[in-house]
Amino acid sequence: MTPLQYYLLFSALLFCVGLAGALTRKSAILVLVGIELMLNAGNLNFIAFWRYGPNPSQATGLIFVIFSIGIAAAEAAVGLALIIAIYRHYKSANVEQIDSMKG
Amino acid sequence: MSVAFFAIAIVTLAGAIAAMSLRNPVHCALCLVVAFAGLAAAYLQLGAEFVGFAQILVYIGAVAILIVFAILLTRSSEIQAGKYFSGASWIGVAICIVLFAAFARGIRSSTLLTRDTPAAKATVQQIGLQMFQGTPENQGNYLLPLELAGVLLTAAMLGAAVIALQESKSDRARNSGAEPRS
Repeated sequence: MTPLQYYLLFSALLFCVGLAGALTRKSAILVLVGIELMLNAGNLNFIAFWRYGPNPSQATGLIFVIFSIGIAAAEAAVGLALIIAIYRHYKSANVEQIDSMKG
Repeated sequence: MSVAFFAIAIVTLAGAIAAMSLRNPVHCALCLVVAFAGLAAAYLQLGAEFVGFAQILVYIGAVAILIVFAILLTRSSEIQAGKYFSGASWIGVAICIVLFAAFARGIRSSTLLTRDTPAAKATVQQIGLQMFQGTPENQGNYLLPLELAGVLLTAAMLGAAVIALQESKSDRARNSGAEPRS
């Protein structure tokens, strides 16, 4: 197996670990942790394809990852603020208890 | 593959699995920091130094700290009654195992991925030149996405601050019709 295949398997495994956590945990914050792991797995994919792809002298993969890191940080900030606001209202951050749209 | 790759992969995956399976969310956040650090080491090994240090600065230095603050403000670190995983958690794990099997089959049976290319240099100057000037091969520069990313970060910061703002006493008295659920 080439190095690229090793890196892709690594990032696929990281993605599946993040997805398993996001699907099974009850705390909303840990669901966001799983989502961050999935985003990081995607970033690793981009960097691996940049390094072992056909045209590594172009930094396109790197630039995509730079933007992805910035957007993930913004999304984590807004998501956590939402969880804090929901906690203030429902007194719980448990995703199974927050099941109605009525305020 | 080198020993360094396997060491980095084992540390990162151990951190990720621990981050998703421990009971105390503060421990999960700390194991997530280990996973982020392992990924930064992987980026450094692949030759993307700027992205590796940006990963440390942004993910470990900002996102993980935000997660710890959110755990503090939602009091998640106290002992919870009931289970920590949802009832049908085996379905989620089974889905992920099947998904990883599909990924692995696709990766291993591909013929496109077997090329080997020499390493590339990606200095900060080259990244900056491509972002602001563009290379002859691709269409142009990345100036508009950069400015939009700045606008998005500003909007996200303002939005997060407004959403998480403590209501003042007068607001709470005005909204007293909506009682919080127990």
